Amino acid sequence: MLTLAILIPLLASLVLAFVPLGEVASRWTATGAAALSLVALVIVWAGGGDGFRAVAEVPWIPTLGIAWRVGVDGMSLALALMSALIFVAATAWPLKLHDARAYYAWMAFLAGVSIGLFVTLDLIVFYVFFDLSLVGMYFLIGRWGHGDAQHAALKFFVYTLAGSLLILIGIIVLALNMPTLTFDMRAMIDSPPLAAAGMVPGLVFLAFVIGFGIKTPVFPVHTWLPPAHVNAPGPASAILAGVLLKMGTYGLIRIPLQMMPDTFARWALPLAIVGVISILWGSIVAFAQDNLKRRIAYTSVNHMGYTVLGIAVAGSALGSETARQLAMTGAVVEMIAHGLITGALFLIAGAVWQRTGDYHLPNFGGLAGPAPRLTGAATLAAFASLGLPGLAGFVAELHIFLGAFGVYPWLAAIGLLGILITAALFLRMLRQMFFGDLPKERAGFTDLDRTETALLAGVLILVVLIGIWPTWLLSLIDAASLIPTPGAGG
Amino acid sequence: MPIGDLAPELAVLLTAVAVLLLAMVLPQRRHGWCALLAAAGLALSMAFAWAQSDAHRLTFSGTFALDGATTWARFAIPGLTLLCVGLAPRWFATDRRHGEFYAMLLFSTLGAMAMAGAADLMQLVMGVLLSSVTGYVLAAYHRDWAISLEAGMKYFLVGALANALLVIGVVFVMGMAGSTDYRDLAGAIPDNPVALAGLTLVLMGLFFKLGAVPAHTWVPDVAEGAPAPAAAFLTVIPKLAAAVALYRLVALTPETQALPLLVALVAAATMTVGNLCALWQDDVRRLVGWSSISQTGYALMAVAVAGAVPDALPALLAFMSVYGIANLLAFAAIVELRGRTAIADYRGLIRKHPGPAIALTLAFLSFVGIPPLAGFLGKFALFVATLEAGLAWLVVVAVANTILSLFYYLRVIGPAVFSRPEGAMATLGGTARATFWALFALLLATTFLWSPVWSALPRALLP
Repeated sequence: MLTLAILIPLLASLVLAFVPLGEVASRWTATGAAALSLVALVIVWAGGGDGFRAVAEVPWIPTLGIAWRVGVDGMSLALALMSALIFVAATAWPLKLHDARAYYAWMAFLAGVSIGLFVTLDLIVFYVFFDLSLVGMYFLIGRWGHGDAQHAALKFFVYTLAGSLLILIGIIVLALNMPTLTFDMRAMIDSPPLAAAGMVPGLVFLAFVIGFGIKTPVFPVHTWLPPAHVNAPGPASAILAGVLLKMGTYGLIRIPLQMMPDTFARWALPLAIVGVISILWGSIVAFAQDNLKRRIAYTSVNHMGYTVLGIAVAGSALGSETARQLAMTGAVVEMIAHGLITGALFLIAGAVWQRTGDYHLPNFGGLAGPAPRLTGAATLAAFASLGLPGLAGFVAELHIFLGAFGVYPWLAAIGLLGILITAALFLRMLRQMFFGDLPKERAGFTDLDRTETALLAGVLILVVLIGIWPTWLLSLIDAASLIPTPGAGG
Repeated sequence: MPIGDLAPELAVLLTAVAVLLLAMVLPQRRHGWCALLAAAGLALSMAFAWAQSDAHRLTFSGTFALDGATTWARFAIPGLTLLCVGLAPRWFATDRRHGEFYAMLLFSTLGAMAMAGAADLMQLVMGVLLSSVTGYVLAAYHRDWAISLEAGMKYFLVGALANALLVIGVVFVMGMAGSTDYRDLAGAIPDNPVALAGLTLVLMGLFFKLGAVPAHTWVPDVAEGAPAPAAAFLTVIPKLAAAVALYRLVALTPETQALPLLVALVAAATMTVGNLCALWQDDVRRLVGWSSISQTGYALMAVAVAGAVPDALPALLAFMSVYGIANLLAFAAIVELRGRTAIADYRGLIRKHPGPAIALTLAFLSFVGIPPLAGFLGKFALFVATLEAGLAWLVVVAVANTILSLFYYLRVIGPAVFSRPEGAMATLGGTARATFWALFALLLATTFLWSPVWSALPRALLP
């Protein structure tokens, strides 16, 4: 079933590459493929179970211990579901395009590899999907972006490939230290291969942190993100922020935290500090941006900082078990919430670009009059992003900070400042865009059409649902099972 | 003399002679038949190799090793040469010496095969010289085009020096160890400065064939100036053979630490120099040339850990196979585009000619090692072997270089895919196009064939 969820979009992308479909047919092929993937994942979810479920394995290169292994636990299933949903929304999003068929082929391709990354249980297959996501995004930004898109795409690709190669080295060292050469994630989680002390585990850990840190991105390796976002088309930005950034934090949990827990515990404090710096840096820099997309992009750095803080707390082996579980729950919920919220925000930014070709905030104002639906959606998403109680972002941040206060109270206190600044910057953005006087050149601004409204509503309803009644998500994630017992191996 | 043991080599030799005779009797416009004959001879050679594929012994008084590595070379070298032959007919259609090109190509192939199987230093010298001398001619085959002559001349000057050093090195080693036979040399080369200097000089000769630092300077010139089918041949086939020969040589001295260290340093220098020089190239053929130098650097990682880990040899052979296919594919795309070479001329290529554009993209991404392309699997095997042997620093250098290389590959891919085309773009067509698609399919198929091929590759060498 999980294999199907990967293969359907990949097949759709092949079909789109070779069959001369029209623009509308292409769009529905890609959307339909993403939707079918979503259905397959929902079926797995409905099947229930504990630990890794829906497991399947087909040998690929047995002599090297590489196989096509798929299976999900609560965290990866939740992330895969969220990714599939964002892909449905992003591919269905109406867009004026050149070479539409190729665009939708790449979108379907990205959907397949992104879902694949979250559901695979083999480190090499994981790496394959990790790199393919870069290739897909490179072509999307370079070909359909605006502004200096080629340069942004190049920077994105080179930067993140650097990260992924570090990850590859780490993966190989982990596998070579297993009793028999294997890239099976479950085997490595059950018996972590490297001891805590010594140079090698430290360096491997560093390689993973830098590698996943670039993708997440955390300060100071976040500089590829703003140009990539600004120049990408709106739906591609939504995917970049909503899905691709999660690969970094997902990897951080799956590999360093679960496969080398003792080393992780030794280095949790520096990682937490990096998280807090990202929180502050992201929010302060976002505050200073006049470009709508750049501002949202920097809030991604801020929000992923919360996630990293949560992950560091969860793997710190300090404080009470409850605190660590709270932080882990918060980190995973933050990934889901940020995916949905920022996905929605970037779709909204894409809608603004479609209508005006402009991201410069001072050029806007008073859009609440001509575009009430757009205003409503943007307000809801912005409030969710700044952590208003009753919405998804609040649930996540509450968990993270409750956990963090139990382990690193000072860091948590500093991190709280970030929430304050984020609130200020989103309120200012809303004021600049939607209230005040409507500038003359924006006179003909049209509101969201029916498709756009429906798609945004679909995403934002979930944001509200998670905010009001998060239990279903929390029980799906089952954070307790994600945190390895300290001293279990090596 | 078990003459049948050399049936694959003899098939190539006799075909070369036959091609030469045929070219003399046929009128110039029918020289395409020579290509067909050459192709048939190469296929026959591979068939003979197939028949001997499980041999594991020395032959011809111990000068030639029939083992897994030779078998690999007997498939890879004629097989990839066959594809080079496919690129040539239309390219040389107006050349007065069209038919002789194939004879020269086959003699060079024979030299490469002799080099790969050599189990004796004298035999090695013979193979290297045959491969080099014919190579100079191939590089300068466009006799009235200055750039081609320059390429041939540079290749010749660097080659003459390197080959002279090789011969001197062989003399040193023979003088110190008392033999040129690998059976006698294995583990018996005395650990004194003269013998070590001799080995180093021998390595220098092979570094020349591989295009490794410091004897790498001919590669970009040949890639740019030689006729594109010959450039494809010269940047791939001699390298395959030299990689095997180098591995055999390094494996002879398991207890010396100096040799692997030297190879590791050369590997690091080669990949770095190749990449740095490729960075700002505005000429795609030169860029491919420099990139092939950096690829050699990666391959040398496996030689540096020769004997230390069991998977070093298969990693080397697998990486070289994939490199050969991808490099030929890149050149095939260039041939199909009639040798077009300035980066600016590739703008918007994908809209005019999606096939070559996608092929170049795939070949370059395979060089970078983007999964699941076969180049990733090759690089992955290299990294595993090198990390297992504990040379982590070399892997880090390789990773840094890989990132660097992505930058210049994207300098070609980006404009080709993202920009709008300007002006018309002619293509060559004919067998070149067919060969191009064959290589395209081969590169894609390699990913799926990886698992059986990997288990079939040899782990050990004679002697």
